[in-house]
Amino acid sequence: MNIQLNGESKNIDDGLTAEQLVVQLGLAGKRLAMEINMEIVPRSTYETVVLKPNDKVEIVRAIGGG
Amino acid sequence: MSQSNTPVKNDNIFIAGKSYNSRLLVGTGKYKDLEETKLAIEASGAEIVTVAIRRTNIGQNPKEPNLLDVISPGKYTILPNTAHCYTAEDAVRTCRLARELLEGEDLVKLEVLGDEKTLYPDITATLEAAETLVNDGFKVMVYTSDDPIIAKRLEEIGCIAVMPLAAPIGSGLGVRNPYNILTIIEEANVPILVDAGVGTASDAAIAMELGCDGVLMNTAIAGAQNPVLMASAMKKAIEAGREAFLAGRIPRKRYASASSPVDGAFF
Repeated sequence: MNIQLNGESKNIDDGLTAEQLVVQLGLAGKRLAMEINMEIVPRSTYETVVLKPNDKVEIVRAIGGG
Repeated sequence: MSQSNTPVKNDNIFIAGKSYNSRLLVGTGKYKDLEETKLAIEASGAEIVTVAIRRTNIGQNPKEPNLLDVISPGKYTILPNTAHCYTAEDAVRTCRLARELLEGEDLVKLEVLGDEKTLYPDITATLEAAETLVNDGFKVMVYTSDDPIIAKRLEEIGCIAVMPLAAPIGSGLGVRNPYNILTIIEEANVPILVDAGVGTASDAAIAMELGCDGVLMNTAIAGAQNPVLMASAMKKAIEAGREAFLAGRIPRKRYASASSPVDGAFF
């Protein structure tokens, strides 16, 4: 199935959890925050949140800024 | 105030109930690399450091160092900003992501911009976002114009610090309207920090001499030929300006008044 990940289409396995997505992206253990369809996904729920087709997923981090 | 020959002691600034020794807040944008960022921030003595929230680069080198590995939240108070947000909705969304990213820390720098040419705040959207964020439990430090009425309104909404611009973001023009900044300071019951527009050390000193509680800057340091040296200069300027403010300057007069006594002259 396809999701929108940081503005781009991405094909992922059905039933993938937020936690599995983070691991597959090589972002495990990184300081990040996630929202799905404009709703914050608390880190404590990554293992139980299952992605659905066409979910709009944003994964953000802190970068330099003023 | 008691007279003393030594520099002022225990002159800390309180932001959201926490005490800070440094009245200089710095951004982390526009540096050459993370090493320069780290060195400049160390030289500035800043304890509160702003960051931006952006998409993670998917597919890039996962070993790429992260800003927060260099500017550790254990060592610094991280102040996430809402830079590049042009609507209240985007700003609120950014703050919520930042709070999740920083494990529940709710101190944020709110800025809602009006247009790209001036980067002036969109005041109506700023007021709207400030209200939503305060109601949602955020501790809001808000970037605003140098309008005393709006500054007061933002304080009344519940922002914990109000941060009028000295001049447009990144312009380096210095404090363009010192009288408005002064009025904002005189009327305020929350810390007032000049945010944006400082160009060099004297600009920072002027802001502090007016009685600002602190100054937030980024480009003036990061954009200097030697950012680390400029960071050190800014640290001194903030301290000098603060001490001059506390010391109380002499009034301006149009004509001279001799420093040496006239009595006892033998000529």
